[in-house]
Amino acid sequence: MKRNTYLVLGLLGFAALLTSCGNGNQGKGSSGALNSSNAEKVYVAPGEHDEFYAFMSGGYSGNLTVYGLPSGRMFKEIPVFSQFPTSGYGYSEETKPMLNTSFGFVPWDDSHHPDISQTNGELDGRWIFINGNNTPRIARIDLQTFETAEIIEVPNSAGNHSSSFITENTEYVVAGTRFSVPVPQADMPIKDYKGNFKGALSFISVDPEDGRMDIKFQILMPGFNYDLSHPGRGKSHGWFFFTTYNTEEANTLLEVNASQNDKDFIAAINWKKIEEYVNNGGGTKMPANYAHNVYSDETHTATSTMVKEVLTVDPTKIPGAVFFLPTPKSPHGCDVDPSGEYIIGNGKLSADLTVHSFDKMIAAIEGKKFDGEAYGIPILKFEDVLAGTVKSGGLGPLHTEFDGEGNAYTTFFISSEVVMWKLGTWEVIDRKPTYYSVGHLMIPGGNSRKPFGKYVVAMNKITKDRYLPTGPELEHSAQLYDISGGKMELIYDFPTHGEPHYAAGIPAELLAPKSKKFYKLADNKHPYATLGAADAKVVREGKDVHIYMSTIRSHFTPDNIEGVKVGDKVYFHITNQEQDFDVPHGFAVIGANTSELLVMPGQTKTIIWEPKQVGVWPFYCTDFCSALHQEMQGYVRVSPASSNIELSWSLGD
Amino acid sequence: MISTNYIKLLMMSFFILVLTFSCKNESKTATTPNSNNVGTEATEKQGQAFIADDGSTPNVLQIAIGSPDHTTLVAAVQAAQLENALVNAGPLMVFAPTNEAFAALPAGTVEDLLKPENKDALANILKFHVTAGNYSKDFLMKFKKLGQANDQNTTVEVKGEDVFVGGAKIIASIPAGNGIVHVVDKVMLPPSE
Repeated sequence: MKRNTYLVLGLLGFAALLTSCGNGNQGKGSSGALNSSNAEKVYVAPGEHDEFYAFMSGGYSGNLTVYGLPSGRMFKEIPVFSQFPTSGYGYSEETKPMLNTSFGFVPWDDSHHPDISQTNGELDGRWIFINGNNTPRIARIDLQTFETAEIIEVPNSAGNHSSSFITENTEYVVAGTRFSVPVPQADMPIKDYKGNFKGALSFISVDPEDGRMDIKFQILMPGFNYDLSHPGRGKSHGWFFFTTYNTEEANTLLEVNASQNDKDFIAAINWKKIEEYVNNGGGTKMPANYAHNVYSDETHTATSTMVKEVLTVDPTKIPGAVFFLPTPKSPHGCDVDPSGEYIIGNGKLSADLTVHSFDKMIAAIEGKKFDGEAYGIPILKFEDVLAGTVKSGGLGPLHTEFDGEGNAYTTFFISSEVVMWKLGTWEVIDRKPTYYSVGHLMIPGGNSRKPFGKYVVAMNKITKDRYLPTGPELEHSAQLYDISGGKMELIYDFPTHGEPHYAAGIPAELLAPKSKKFYKLADNKHPYATLGAADAKVVREGKDVHIYMSTIRSHFTPDNIEGVKVGDKVYFHITNQEQDFDVPHGFAVIGANTSELLVMPGQTKTIIWEPKQVGVWPFYCTDFCSALHQEMQGYVRVSPASSNIELSWSLGD
Repeated sequence: MISTNYIKLLMMSFFILVLTFSCKNESKTATTPNSNNVGTEATEKQGQAFIADDGSTPNVLQIAIGSPDHTTLVAAVQAAQLENALVNAGPLMVFAPTNEAFAALPAGTVEDLLKPENKDALANILKFHVTAGNYSKDFLMKFKKLGQANDQNTTVEVKGEDVFVGGAKIIASIPAGNGIVHVVDKVMLPPSE
């Protein structure tokens, strides 16, 4: 066997020698591990741009990172659910309200599943949504500014995991709870979980003009775990599908007790029917308390509003709205193919994939072919809705994406591979190892009606030896496969930041032309803005001192300030006067217990400084803005609390 | 032995790559009928199972490899190319039949299973010896059945102090970095469906 291999290799080497120095007139369609053009496939020459943006969730970083494909270059980290030192997000007075919740200020969350807005089932590149998993929230990020524009908290939810997936016209962004909890929350014995806890699936409407989110209704489902979800599309538009596990409703040792049933369910929700029901006055308004935080590009300031009510829906009150599709082995991923016909449940402890048919599901519903019910919700017969089973030969399937050419790609965690298979025939076409233990995967547009099936990115949980060892903690590893040739070819790998749970990709040409380059100073409506250096001033209001400060290459106005006293609360309101792409200014003052700032052109940002010691204290620009950056500095004189020194400020006096 | 072959293979591959790259300006690599075979061969010995790591707690595969009583099992895992499935984060519970257990099968059974054409059948049997989970022998007494990695269930029976899984008795247990190895006295045969 081995000897044969060497012989083959030897012959091949000889063949390669012969052909590679030939007349340069080779045929197309080269493939295999020896293909020397892999480097060219991922090489983006200096000054050239990547073909795709990939938005990868940060997982435990709480943020969202932006990569180029095929180069794997990281362009940006967008702060979403976590304070971010680079820009001062979540530290500056303007952005602190973004992280407000009913639990108070939450500085760090766990971000999971990004999804890009769609129109007619195709990516429209207006916004990207992502869920905060721990303290349940959904964020909307504006893809013109790559900034978090809005965060809405989700009440009655806990472990916001089957989120944040959108319907095909971005009518809704959907957030399902992983943990069922008492609704409303109550002091009760944990062992009374079964039959008493509820799982809330929230449908959050998205305003088609400005993207503004609002919880339209919450469906209070039986107390299962709702793991992942995806919308119907095309003919199944109007439906939403959620995988469930722990239909046993165990409250302890789930690794044993949640694996007792051979089958759990995919919950099929006819949201159009429920929407109609609530539009006609259905549902129950329930007292609640959740934060709705909105950032304004005009005031450069976020506001946080507490909402006191939420509309809940009992699914058993709406005949025909919710059904259960039995699905084997604690299904994890729940993915819908581009045609909307196939709903794929990946039983994470299984070798096989279960594919349900939307048409068969509708036929079974119309024929009322039920196999009992769970808490009043009809269960369809497994055989009646099953389209097929993919006998993968892998172990531990998690997630599936689609290439738009009739193929699906599924990750297998335990056997560390991506398996490519054909929709309809369920035959395995190709399989490739990953390095190592792959979780999610992504094809740009891979969960829309129109995927861009050129690359698959596998997001691996374990890095081990892929890069130089840098201590116990390693960045996760992603792998890029070229799928343009009808098979998968591993062409590149690159490290990713945090733990990407899913990603969303889009052609750069759909985003880059719309990107905002700077904020117009004339449109700045911040109440403490300094729109010109002449407007710079310092105002005392009791112990609060407001410094209206402007920045331009290469000075602050003012840069000498006197009359500040120990015990004052000093607000530095910094307005960047630049009107030029990519010229931020930074601000740092010694002993600040808050943060530094990074202020984009045309923006105003604020930090609070509470001087505790008498002296003359410097501040400076932290962003290398110009040739005279090192000259961009100033002093604040801090006098004793009892001092009579008048407030004064100046530049160049 | 494996690693030596692997290095040879790598060196050979490298040699070919050098040749292929040597005239890069004029060339696009030619397609050859054998290139896919080469790709497959090269990936067989890749993955977590082939990382040199002496420092970490041994995983279930390393424990099996290190045991003189499990040379048949290890040979079978290698023949079925299941190495990489046994080294991931797990948790994995492996029921590891001893050489004696394999020897107790009807004459010729093991030899047959090790033939390349029976790779799938062998993999199915081996996966029937793997559970996603990590439970001690005592804890296993709480179970009636286990769901195995080949998608079939097996039974758990308690007789006095002894625990039988799929009819095989647990005779020793070794905790692993990614799960646990229970040494069993019989080969567990998957129920026919």
